[in-house]
This record gives sequence, structure tokens and C-alpha cells, in this order.
Amino acid sequence: MQPLELVSELSTFLPTESVLYQGEDLRPYECDGLSAYRQTPMIVVLPQTEEEVIKILQICHRTKTPVVPRGAGTGLSGGALPHESGVLLSLTKLKKILELDPASRTARVQPGVRNLAISEAAAPYGLYYAPDPSSQIACSIGGNVAENSGGVHCLKYGLTVHNILELRVVTLSGEILEIGGSGLDAAGYDLLAIMTGSEGMLGIVTEIVVKLTPSAEKAQVVMAAFDDIRKAGDAVANVIGAGIIPAGMEMMDRITTRAVEEYVHAGYNLEAAAILLCESDGTVEEVADEVLRIGEIMRQSGAIEIKTSRDESERLRFWAGRKAAFPAAGRVSPDYYCMDGTIPRKKLAFVLTGIERLSSEYGLRCMNVFHAGDGNLHPLILYDANQPGELQKTEEFGAKILEMCIDVGGTITGEHGVGIEKINQMCSQFTRHELEMFHSVKAAFDPSGLLNPGKAIPTLRRCAEHGAMHVHRGDEKFPELPRF
Amino acid sequence: MQDVIDRLADTIRATHPESPLCIRGGASKDFYGNRIPGRDHNLLDASGYHGIVSYEPTELVVTARAGTLLIDLESELLANRQMLAFDPPHFTESATIGGCVAAGLSGPRRSSAGSVRDFVLGVRMLDGRGDDLHFGGQVMKNVAGYDVSRLMVGSMGTLGLLLEISLKVLPRPSVEMTVTLQMNERDAIERMNHWAGKPLPISATCFYNNTLTVRLSGAEPAVRAAHLKMGGERLDDGDAFWRSVRDQTHPFFQSGRPLWRLSIKSTTPQLSLPGQQLTEWGGSLRWLITDPDLPHEDVRKAAKSAGGHATLFRCGKPSMDVFHPLSPAMMLVHRRLKEKFDPLRILNPGRLFPEL
Repeated sequence: MQPLELVSELSTFLPTESVLYQGEDLRPYECDGLSAYRQTPMIVVLPQTEEEVIKILQICHRTKTPVVPRGAGTGLSGGALPHESGVLLSLTKLKKILELDPASRTARVQPGVRNLAISEAAAPYGLYYAPDPSSQIACSIGGNVAENSGGVHCLKYGLTVHNILELRVVTLSGEILEIGGSGLDAAGYDLLAIMTGSEGMLGIVTEIVVKLTPSAEKAQVVMAAFDDIRKAGDAVANVIGAGIIPAGMEMMDRITTRAVEEYVHAGYNLEAAAILLCESDGTVEEVADEVLRIGEIMRQSGAIEIKTSRDESERLRFWAGRKAAFPAAGRVSPDYYCMDGTIPRKKLAFVLTGIERLSSEYGLRCMNVFHAGDGNLHPLILYDANQPGELQKTEEFGAKILEMCIDVGGTITGEHGVGIEKINQMCSQFTRHELEMFHSVKAAFDPSGLLNPGKAIPTLRRCAEHGAMHVHRGDEKFPELPRF
Repeated sequence: MQDVIDRLADTIRATHPESPLCIRGGASKDFYGNRIPGRDHNLLDASGYHGIVSYEPTELVVTARAGTLLIDLESELLANRQMLAFDPPHFTESATIGGCVAAGLSGPRRSSAGSVRDFVLGVRMLDGRGDDLHFGGQVMKNVAGYDVSRLMVGSMGTLGLLLEISLKVLPRPSVEMTVTLQMNERDAIERMNHWAGKPLPISATCFYNNTLTVRLSGAEPAVRAAHLKMGGERLDDGDAFWRSVRDQTHPFFQSGRPLWRLSIKSTTPQLSLPGQQLTEWGGSLRWLITDPDLPHEDVRKAAKSAGGHATLFRCGKPSMDVFHPLSPAMMLVHRRLKEKFDPLRILNPGRLFPEL
């Protein structure tokens, strides 16, 4: 169908301002948080109700028009990159909190509701929504479901998949799937798990029931400095070996602490090879007990300096530096390239040594920030896109890091998703049969293959190409959002 | 051990749909699920592929072969003061981790710690073509590809034969205390939900016979402080009590009459269904012992109107109606998934739903 015919059909039930198809109107939708990849969509639609979503999908199904769903557009892997001859389905106008039930600790929300807005609505009842991706002030819960978003607290509180009970999904052919339920499990296959993290490839989520968690009485953070990255890695293992699951456990290397200290004055030890931030939360009694034990473990693990936050403002100051790592990378280098591999924690020293070697081999600096508790590593390769050939070197460097993650038994993406960015590395991580099985899963939900085509799962043919996340200073899509 | 996998794969490849395979691990859950139709199915004994592949206590990850006995796995974890936090039911000593994951059942600690699917990080499996596939991994965070490893949990062997499973493990709490409080069911449901909304270290709840039993777990000062806030008489052998609920050796489960499992919204008031009830998981799980002639439809309706589903957990005779029926749209997706994973329908056909 011709674009204008499609526009006129969509306009029969959508208001004029909800069907965009002209140049300037489309510009804001041409990329998500991965701004290096851009594509102008044919049409953008902004439905306000589930009925409108169903009608849009039925039209696209009938006319064989590709559909790319989009939440707040803060994703870092290009999952919402438009299709040139497709409809971009923005879910931002579906933004109602439909029900908040403090007694059962659940909230029924539409996909466009911001992550943080759920916690804000639940706060009067002493509850919150636990997953807290760094973009939580802007990212939408629908996008969180699509990416299975985590956050710094996910070792203790889980990812999105652990914190949702129910999904209402519209398939591309316009059928409703009610997945999960108000109980803690549901009959049949665990489609809730398969939908979570499916990057908008299987269906359009129109309602989500999330679990709410009681707010902790208290939180306190222990900051420990180490003169050797191995000792810091051992300290993480020692904390966990002692039976403690911290609410958050983050590591930064020296190049990172030096870059952020200048920026936020968090009081980090700049001589240290690595800094660990270890947070305890819970009841007043639990935190008092745990913080003492964590401090003692850090000391025994050879920390050269240990500080425990004395009050809430100090706790936030300790965290400020960690949360400023991405912007700091943008400050010390014209461009940076963010990786998202996850590794078994015991391989940390091996992988960091490998990154150091690659760094000098390629002549490119690399900052390392690490969700140490769950092994999720974010190396930030610093480069200058204006230097001929540097971008290409960076991509090679990045690909080698991801391959190293696979080699040590890890994965190419812990939380940012595959999207368009890491689609080639999927070929290294999975065999032909496994990739075929992924395509089969997609076909079970979307036999037409029209939903977000070309993302997340590479065709076998595609497996030779390359891609990556690049952020050019001043070119970042959401410069105001913290990234960690 | 590769020879064991090769033999299992050969068996799958040699199987014809007219005599499909019935997968068995430790036979501890033979009672559970639909009867596999036809008399001509062959037993696929998966217990020979056993043993722990790797266990790193400080990584909080264990990888075990599917035939590993739960008791062996748990005693290895216990030696490192760790546990399977979803608290899997054993039913018998022969229960295997593969069967545990395939059935997707969790025990009393589930409402606070999470379910078996929450702890599955990765699987190695043979699909219905005998292809050896790996999904997920041995790391906590992994968003590469669809979450097929969690899809396997509770699929009752209908999508593939589990070979290896990687699970997140957790430290055992340093102190546990079980207390009992006397009250009626209405108050108990209200109380359990109220407490669940507070930062209290509650790790299990059970209401039966006007007694609410609660377990507190965590650091000693936290457990002590919570006990002061909540009150209740201390129960001496709390572990034995929770084990009896988990493995259904508690007197409630000994009737021999049909046992229903209703998984519903936690705040649902007492269900008006005939029979005896026992409540777990802060009100989310209701066990019902009832008459064989109570129409299944009545139980399903009650569960559905409470936002959940009902399973005929034990009924003493083979049944084809164990699990809560799915909507046509959901069944269509289920059928397509089954077709992709097991195109010839040779793996546990009908065990979950007659259509699969």
C-alpha cells in the first residue's frame, strides 16, 4: 500500500496529530538512545487506547507493513530504530496508571508510564517498583519489559522479569494474549518470561501488572579503595562468600575514578587501582549488622581505605561518582563506545588484563565500570570519530571484548539488549540451530515476521556484518539522563 | 558423559509419533500432570545423566546435570551455607533437578525469594529433533536472545529434554525462627498481606486450622526485632514443619481425596468451595482438598475470578484435565511453540495439555 493510502486509512480512527508522515514531524523518531543509527520511518502513529493499537496492527498485518514499537526511545541498542517502509508505533500516549493496589502490592499500568512514575505513585504506601535502570526518570515500563531492564539493585531485587506478574499483549494479527495472572504463576508455558526481553519482536504490550516492593527502612553504603584490581575482585567474592547479598555492588577502575572525581567531587581515593561501592539496605537492625560485616571483609581483603556513609547525603555523594561515569567519559574524550558484556566474576582480572592489553594494542583508552555483584561489565572505549580510522579500530576493539566475554563463559549483553547494535555478535554466541530456534519462537507469536524485523536475532546470512553503540559528544540522544 | 547425551539423542531421533517418549527423572512426580495418551509410549530415563558440572559458591551459580538428585545438589550447597532459594518440593528422595525444573514447582520460601524460573540462568537441552541446544548461560544478567531457558521451566518435558541447568543460588540465612499465631482465616489473609507490604524478614507463611505459621529469616538482630513487632509463639522444630508442607507429608495432605492447587491474588478472601484448605505464599497459594464429584468447572471458576488458575494437583487416578484451560489465542501460541520444539510430538505429548 502507498504511504498516503495508509495514512488516510489510519486517519479514519486516529486524530490528525497522532499520525505523522511529514519530514520534520518524523525527525524525533529516527533513532533511539543509540544515535549512530538513524532511519526516518515512513509513518509514526501515536495511539491512545488499546483499541487503536489493535486497529493499527490489523491494518499493518493486512497491508504487510513492518511495525517497529517504541517506548520512550531511551534504549541503547537500537531496538527502536525505525524501518524505512514501516510504521513506528509509539506507545508514549498510553501512559495511565490504571490501578494501584497497596494491599496486594501491585500496580496495573499502561506501557508508556515512566519507570520512576510507578515508584512515585507507590511511595505514599511505603512501596516502590524495584528495577531501577539508570534512565528510570525517562524510560517507560513497556520498554523495560521489552529489554528486561535491570539497574544497580538487581542482584538483590531482580530484573524486570522477576518483578512483573501479568502482561496484556496484542499480536500483530490483532489478537489479545493475557499472559501471567494475579497469582505468582500461570498455567501453560512461561510466556511472561519469553515476552520479557523480547525487544518488541513478539507482540505489543498494552498493560503490565508490576509487583511493588516495600521500601527499605534504611540504606547505607561502604566505599572501599584497593591498590590492586584483583584484590577488589576478591573482596566482592568474599562479601558474597560470607553470605551477604548487597543491595548494590559497583566497581570503578582508576581511569574512571579520576575522570569522575574531577566532575562530582565524591571524595574517591585517586591513587587506588579500583573503588568498590557496596550498599546494604533493609531494616535498621539488618543494615547495622551488615555494614559492620562488609567493612570487616573489605579490611581483610586488603582495602587501603574504607568509608561508610554517615547519612543520606553522603550515601548519595558516594553514588554520584559512579552514576557520573558515562557523562565523565563524554567529558574526557570526544567520543566513547559502551560495551555491555557479562562475565563470571572470577574472570574479572583476566578480562580486565585482556582489555588493558587490547587498549595498548589499539592505542585507545578504556574506562571500566562494573556492576560487580552480577558480573555486568561496561567498558567505555574512548576515541575520536574525527580521527580517520579510529572508529573502525574502536569497533574492532569492542568486538574483541565481547568475544572475550563469550570465551570466558559470559554473554555479549547483560542489560542493554541486542537490538541492531550487537546483532552480529549473536552469531558468535549462538549456534545455527539455536538461532533457528529463536526464529521459530518469533514465528510462534508473529508468523508474518512484520514486528520489528531485522532486530535482536540475526539471519544466518547477516552473521558477517558489524555494528556498535557510539556516542559523540553533544550528539547523545538523552544527554540529561544518567547512564550507569 | 557425552556418550550418555549421544544415546539420549539417538533415542529421540529413533522415536516415532505412534510410540512417543515419556520422560522420567526420579519418578517423584509421576502423579503430576496429564496422562500421556495411548498405551504404547516408551519411558525415557533421564536419571543417568547426573552430577554437578560446576559450582562456584562466590559466583552464586551452580550447573548440574538434569539427573542430579535434589538431595545431592542441596547437600553440596549446604556445605557452603547456600541453598536453592525457591525451596523445591522433593516428594520423594529420588527427585531430580531436571524434574524439578520441568515441573516448575517451588516451595514455601517462594513468596519471598522467588520461583524456580526466577533462578534458572541457563539450560542445555535436546529438542524433539535430538539437537543439542544451549540457552541462557551461567551469568546473572543476560539479554542475548529470547529467554528460552525460562520457557522450559514448567513445560513438563513437552518442549525438550533438559540436560543441564544453571541456577542462581543464595546464601542460607544466618538465623531462622518459626512462630505461630492463632486467628481465623480472614484475619490471617489480611495479616499476611499487611506484613508483606512492610520491610519484614518473612520467608514463609502457612495458614491451616486457625493457626498462622510464619518463618523469619535473616540476621539475628533483624529476626529478633521482627519477632518483637509481630508477636507469636516460637515453634521448636520449624524446619520439620516447613519440610512437611513443602513435601506434602503434613497431615492436611494425607486425605487421599483430590488435591487442588489454586494460584490466585494474595488478597482473595476465603474461597467458598467445599472441602479443607491450607494457605501458603502470603495468601497467593491455596490448597484445597475436596470431593471427587465436585465439578472441576467450579474450582476453575473460583480461581479465575480470583485472577489465577487451578491445577488438579493430585487426584489418585489418571486424568486429562489437570491444568487450567488456556484461551484459544494462548493455545494457538502454545501449539506453535510445541510444533517448533518438537515437530513430531514425541516428547511427553499431552502431559501438559492434550493439544500439545
